[in-house]
Amino acid sequence: MWLSFFDAHNTVTPIDFVGLDNYSEILGDPSFISSLVTFVVFSLFIVPATYGLSLALALMVARLRFAQAFFRSVFFLPTACSYVVAAMIWKLSIFNGVRFGLANTVLGWFGGSDTAWLSTTSPPWYWLVIVTVRLWLQAGFYMVILLAGLQRIPRTLYEAAAVDGARPGWQVFRYITFPQLRATSVAVVLLLVINAFQAFDEFYNLLSTARGYPPYARPPLVYLYYVALGQGQNLGLGSAGAVILALIIAVVAVVQARWFGLGRQED
Amino acid sequence: MRQRSTDQPTDRRMDLPTGLSTAHAFRRLARGLRLVLLIALAVLFLVPFYLLVRNGLATEADITGADWTFFPRSLQWGNLRELFDDSSVPMLHALWNSAVIAVLTTAGTLLLASMAGYGLARIAYPYASQVFYAFLVTLMIPSAVTFVPSFVLVSSLGWISTLRGLIVPTLFSAFAAFLFRQYFLGFPRELEDAARVDGLGHWRTYWRIVVPNTRPVFAAVGAIVFIGSWNSFLWPLVIGQQRDAWTVQVALATFTTAQTVNLHELFIAAAVSILPLLVVFLVLQRHIVAGAERSGIDE
Repeated sequence: MWLSFFDAHNTVTPIDFVGLDNYSEILGDPSFISSLVTFVVFSLFIVPATYGLSLALALMVARLRFAQAFFRSVFFLPTACSYVVAAMIWKLSIFNGVRFGLANTVLGWFGGSDTAWLSTTSPPWYWLVIVTVRLWLQAGFYMVILLAGLQRIPRTLYEAAAVDGARPGWQVFRYITFPQLRATSVAVVLLLVINAFQAFDEFYNLLSTARGYPPYARPPLVYLYYVALGQGQNLGLGSAGAVILALIIAVVAVVQARWFGLGRQED
Repeated sequence: MRQRSTDQPTDRRMDLPTGLSTAHAFRRLARGLRLVLLIALAVLFLVPFYLLVRNGLATEADITGADWTFFPRSLQWGNLRELFDDSSVPMLHALWNSAVIAVLTTAGTLLLASMAGYGLARIAYPYASQVFYAFLVTLMIPSAVTFVPSFVLVSSLGWISTLRGLIVPTLFSAFAAFLFRQYFLGFPRELEDAARVDGLGHWRTYWRIVVPNTRPVFAAVGAIVFIGSWNSFLWPLVIGQQRDAWTVQVALATFTTAQTVNLHELFIAAAVSILPLLVVFLVLQRHIVAGAERSGIDE
C-alpha cells in the first residue's frame, strides 16, 4: 500500500513520491474501467448459471433412490481438476475452432458450420468457452453445499405441505424448498461472486497466445497482472489498483451483508 | 405449469383409483426422465476427462486429423516415455516442485491453522473477540487481491524463483483456521476439562487430547489445501519465473500458450498432472465433501 504513492517502475524501493498520482492515473485508465465491466459481465453469466445448474443437480441427486453416491462423485470430480488443465482441454480439444474440435464436430452433425470459438470477437463466442470451463469446474462443489442444505430442511415441513394439498414439484419447491434453502443460497451466491472477482487462470490460459494477451476480456486480476508484472513492471500503479479493488470488495461485501440480512447473526 | 395446476382437483381425490394411478404413472415418468437427464449430464461431465486421456494416448494425427473419431485408432503408451525423455519439457522437475510445495504447504497450514483455530475456539484472553473479528475481515479480502503487495514483499526478500517464496506466503490460511475453529467449538469440552484436572496445559491438552480425536477435520482441511496448492496458478506464475522453479501448472500453461505445441505430449502431461489429485480425491472424498458442506454453513 505504501508503494501505491510512489513511482515504482521495476523496483520495490522507490524514492520518488508521487502522492495520489497513481490513483488518478488508474482511475482515468479506460482499460481499468473496462476490466471492471468485464468482471460484471462475467459474473452476470457465471453466477446465475452455476447457481442454477448446481441447484438443479442437487435437487435431482437428492431425489435419487439409488446410485446417489455415484452421481455425486461424478459431478464433484471436476473439483480436483486445475483451471490450467481444464482450460487446456477446452482450448485445444473442444473449442479449438478447427474441424477436428469436438464442438465443431458435434455442430457438423447438425449441419452447423465451423466456428472460431476463441479467436474472434464478433460474435464474442469466447464468453461461452470461458463460462463453460468454470461451470464444469465448480458446479459440483456448490451442488454438494446445496445438497447439504437440502438435507437440513425438516421432513415435517414436506409432510405438512402434502397434508395441505401442495402439489409435489413446482409448488413444493416454490413455497418450501427454495425459501428454506435461503441461507445456503446466500452463502453460495456470495462465494460465487467473490470467486468470479478473482478469475485469472482460465482467462489467462484460454486467451493468451504466443503473441500475448488480447486487449479485450481482461478481468481485474488479469489487468493487474499485466500492469504490475508485464513489460512496464509498474508496481506503484499495481499497488494502487490492488488498494482500489480491495475497497470495492469491502463495499460490495458490506452491501451484500446488509442486503441479505447477514448482519443479524451478530452473536 | 399452469396446465398442471388445473388437474389439481383430480389429484386431491386420492380415494379414486383412476386419479391415484395417473398420479402414480406421472410420478414414475418424471422419475425416469430425471434419471435419463442425470445420466446424460454425468456423461457430459466425464467427457473432458475422457478427452484428456484419449488425446494423451493418441497419435498426433488422431488428434488433429480431419476425420475426428471419438475413440482413438490406437493407444500410444509410448507417449508417456516420450514425455519424460523430452529434455525441452522439465516435466519431472516440475512434478517434483509441485509435490514439495503441496506437501509442505499442507503440513504447514495444518499445523498453523489448527493451532490458531484452537486458540480462537477455546483460549480466553483480553480482546479475544476483537482478534476474531479482525480474522473475519481478512477472510473477506480475497487472497488474490493481495498478490501485488505480496509480490512486492517476496521480491524485496529476494525470494523470487525460490521454493521459499512459493511456500511461505501461502502457509497461513484464515479460511483453514476458521474451519478448524468451527470444528473445535463442537468438540466436547468435558474431555479437555478432564485433561486440565490431570494437570495438562493448553499445549499438551491440544496435542494429546484434541488432535488425536479430531482426525476427520485434519483430513478434510488437508485434502482441500493440498488440492488448492497443487492446482494454484497465479502465485507460482508470478513467483516461479525461472524454469527451475516452475510447478506443473506453470509448465503446462507455458506450453498451452506457446506458438507450436506437441499436442499428444501436452495432453499426456496434463493427464499425469491430475493423477496424484485423483488419488487424493478418491481416498479422502468423504472428508472433502464434509469440509465443503461445512464451508457453506459458516459464511
